[in-house]
Amino acid sequence: MFTVISRIIHYGLKNFVRNGLLSTATVAIVTLSLIVFLGLILTNGATNGMIAFLEDKIDITVYFKTSTSEDDILSMKSSIEKLSEVRLVEYVSADKALELFRAKHEAENDQTIIQSLNELNVNPLEPSFNIKAYDPSEYAAIASYLEAPDLKGRISTVSYAKNQVVIDRLIGIIGGVNRAGLAATIILSVIAGLVVFNTIRLVIYSNRDEIGIMRAVGASNALVRGPYVIEGTIIGVLAAILSLFVVLLMFLLAPLVFSSGSYFDFSIPGFSLKDYFYGKLPALLAYQILLGVGITGISSFIAVRRYLKN
Amino acid sequence: MVTFQGVSKIYNSHSQALEDVTFKIGSGEFISIVGRSGAGKSTLVKMLIGEERPSKGRVFFGQYEVNKLKDRDLPALRRHVGIVFQDFRLLPTKNAYENVSFALEVAGRPQREIAELVPQVLDMVGLSEKLSHFPHQLSGGERQRVAIARALVHRPELIIADEPTGNLDPINTAEIIMLLKKINELGTTLILATHDREVVNSLDKRVVTLDRGRVVRDEERGKYILL
Repeated sequence: MFTVISRIIHYGLKNFVRNGLLSTATVAIVTLSLIVFLGLILTNGATNGMIAFLEDKIDITVYFKTSTSEDDILSMKSSIEKLSEVRLVEYVSADKALELFRAKHEAENDQTIIQSLNELNVNPLEPSFNIKAYDPSEYAAIASYLEAPDLKGRISTVSYAKNQVVIDRLIGIIGGVNRAGLAATIILSVIAGLVVFNTIRLVIYSNRDEIGIMRAVGASNALVRGPYVIEGTIIGVLAAILSLFVVLLMFLLAPLVFSSGSYFDFSIPGFSLKDYFYGKLPALLAYQILLGVGITGISSFIAVRRYLKN
Repeated sequence: MVTFQGVSKIYNSHSQALEDVTFKIGSGEFISIVGRSGAGKSTLVKMLIGEERPSKGRVFFGQYEVNKLKDRDLPALRRHVGIVFQDFRLLPTKNAYENVSFALEVAGRPQREIAELVPQVLDMVGLSEKLSHFPHQLSGGERQRVAIARALVHRPELIIADEPTGNLDPINTAEIIMLLKKINELGTTLILATHDREVVNSLDKRVVTLDRGRVVRDEERGKYILL
C-alpha cells in the first residue's frame, strides 16, 4: 500500500516536470481562471461595501414641532426604539441642531446666514430623530408607524415622504446589483471551470498512449489515475498562489501606473478594495487553493475515466 | 491453460469478427494463430486479456473466466500475462531500463527486487549494454527486445505476441523469433498471432488457422496454408 502511494506521488511529480511546457501552459490557464474568480470575490466585496455605504445613507428624519417637550420626544424615542425593524434612533435636540447649523455655516464662512441667526432671538430649528433600519426595505413600515395619530400631532415633517422615490430606487438598484452579481458569478464560474476542465482533458489526451501501456502491463486503476490527480493538484496549488501573487502585484503597481492610487481603488466612499484584499489575504489564499485544487483534481479524475474502460 | 469455448464476436449485423471458435492451449505450448488481416487474430488476443468481450461463448485463462471479469479485476489478470505488440508500445520518455522496471512498479514490487530483476532480463534479451538508451536511440529490433523484456520481467505464465515482427526486417524478425522460442523453452506458454508465412513455417509448431472468424485448421507441427 505504501509502495503504491509513494509511486503514485512519484509518478505525478515526474509527469509534471517531464511535461514542462504543457504543465506551464496549464498552470497559466488555471491561474487566469482563478484570477477571474478572485476578481469576482473582490467585485463582490466592493459591491457589498458600496451597498453597505448606500444603506447607511438611507434613513428617515422626523422633525418635531418646536412646541413638543423634550420628555415627550424622549418617550417617543424609546417607543420607536422598541420596533423590531429599527436599528438606531439618534436624537438631535433643537440646541444641538442649531449648534451643527452654525458650525457648518461658520466653516463655510457664510456671513449672511450667521448674521441673520444672530438677529434671531429664538432657535428656529426643530428637534429631530434620525432613524436607521436594519434593512432599507423596512423604512416604509417605520414611516407608517409614524403616521399613528398620537405621534402625528407632534410631528412637523417626515423625510421619508419626500425621499420615498429616491429610497425606493436605491432599494431597487441594490437588489439589481446583487442579482446581476450573482448571475455574473455563476456564468463566469461555469466558463472558467469548463476552460480548466478542457485543458486538463487535453493534457490527459496527450498521455493516452502511456495510459494504454500502463493498463496493458496490468496497472490498477488507482495507479493509472492517481498520478494525474496528483499532477492536477500541483497545478491547482501553483495556480492559486500565482493568481494571488498577480493580483497583489497589481495592487502594488497601481499607484505607479495611475497618478493617484485611489484611481484603482474604485473611489467607493467608505470602502477600500486594497484594505479589503490585504485584510482577507490568508482567507483568499485558502479559498483559491481549495478552488484550484478542487477544479483541477476533479477534472483530472473525470478526464482519465474515459481511458480506464477495458 | 487457455480455453476458447464457442466464442463469437459480432460487432454489428454486417461485421462478425469471430464465429464459434473453440480450441484449447496447454501449458508450455508454443502456438501460432495465423490468418489474413481481418481474420480475427487480434480480436481473439484482445478477448484473452479482457480488452474485448465475446458476444457469445466463454474464455478461460488459468483460474479466470475472462469474459466474466469486472473491469476492476482486469489488472490482476494482466499481471499474469505478458503482451508484445507490433508497434512495441514503449514509453518514449523512459529509457530501456525504466520501460522494463515500469511493469514491475505497477505490479507493486519492491524497489530492491526491481533493481535485481531488470538488468537480468535485459541481459537475457541481449541489451545489457543499452540500459540507459531511450527508444528513439534503439533500432526496431532492439525496441522489440525491450518490449519482450517488459513482457517477461514479471515472470508471466503466458506471453502473447501480436504481430511482433510486423515492423521488422528479416534478420531482426529471425532474432526475435529465436528469442521467443528460447522463452518458450524456459517454460512460458507462448501465443504468436501473425500473418508472416516464413516465420510460421520455420517454427514447426502448432498452428491454428483462422479465416473470416472461423477456425479452419488446427495442426500440431503445422504450416501456414491459405485456402
